Amino acid sequence: MNEPTVTLQVTRYHPEHDEAPRPQLYSVPYREDWVVLDALNYIKDQIDGTLTYRWSCRMGVCGSCGMMVNGVPRLTCAAFLREYYPQEIRVEPLTNFPIIRDLVIDMDDFMQKLRSVKPWIIREGDRPLEEGEYRQSPAELEYYKQYSMCINCMLCYAACPVYGLEPEFLGPAAIALAQRYNLDSRDQGQAQRGPVIASHEGIWECTFVGECSVVCPKNVDPAAAIQQAKVTTTNAWFKSLLLPWGKR
Amino acid sequence: MNVPRPDRPKVFQPQMPASWWLKHPKYFLFMLRELSSVFIAIFLVVFLVQIAQLPRGQEAYIAFVQKFNAPGWIIFHIVALLFALYHSVTWFEAASKILVIRRGERRVPPQVVTAIGFGAWGALSLVVLLLFLFLRS
Repeated sequence: MNEPTVTLQVTRYHPEHDEAPRPQLYSVPYREDWVVLDALNYIKDQIDGTLTYRWSCRMGVCGSCGMMVNGVPRLTCAAFLREYYPQEIRVEPLTNFPIIRDLVIDMDDFMQKLRSVKPWIIREGDRPLEEGEYRQSPAELEYYKQYSMCINCMLCYAACPVYGLEPEFLGPAAIALAQRYNLDSRDQGQAQRGPVIASHEGIWECTFVGECSVVCPKNVDPAAAIQQAKVTTTNAWFKSLLLPWGKR
Repeated sequence: MNVPRPDRPKVFQPQMPASWWLKHPKYFLFMLRELSSVFIAIFLVVFLVQIAQLPRGQEAYIAFVQKFNAPGWIIFHIVALLFALYHSVTWFEAASKILVIRRGERRVPPQVVTAIGFGAWGALSLVVLLLFLFLRS
């Protein structure tokens, strides 16, 4: 009996030979427990070793294998072939990013933006070790836990038309991670992140399309993080206006 | 911004087509939500002009309001009402994301915040409707 197959339409782009990306069709075996990443690995191992893409953990933790699957940003390790079978599956690099080769995008812009929000715990001065650890209650953890689940997969940037139209936009993940540290009871770096977050390229560029939260594989809800940061920033601005001498 | 990297071979920079908002139903609905503000703004300007007729006396006011019987104005008001309803629904849905309300150590579920919003909206609309019926009678 013939083994069932599924067709993948994969974007190919070789910077030294191609003027623009082009689609290429591959027929791969259909297995119910295979994800799109398995199919790409099959192509690379059995059909065409030149196909280039990023992947690592295969379990939705590393955030490397994000691609457009039938026009939707997905982690290919979590997109099962059975969701699309028997239809053809279109696999493209994440939109809104420059393409380096095939399915590999240039993530330099995101890395710079991520660094600009200082996504780490900032202290005004470290306590001596003998004073022990910085303790945190479950309620304090609850404030930022959701935002700490971000795996930097950049699906939210691919889903965001604002980022596509205005590449200066800081973007969903960077702002969500800024919120993650701003809401951490151990952190004292809000004032340092403030100017980046509240800049024109920061939260105010967001028009709340909301698709970043829809495609997020970790339920981080960056759209909520951005809108909450807008409220916090506005409150701080009003306070500074009404009580310029007071402590914010 | 994506800064050119001379140490790398060329990259392909995709451009977003002007029709981007037609490619995804969610983007289309987003644009509709943005467009709703235009109709609501026009309605509010017309409403302000209507109120400004009050000091001119009853006859002038009635003459002004009767212009709304024209088919064009009826269509406009129906479209503006639909947009206002759509905008309000998305507003209350969004509110649950933005308003983080805590009771003790736990966050009030977003669905509850949305439900309170819709409930308050419905209750106030009912009050306005009853007030209207009462004043007419």
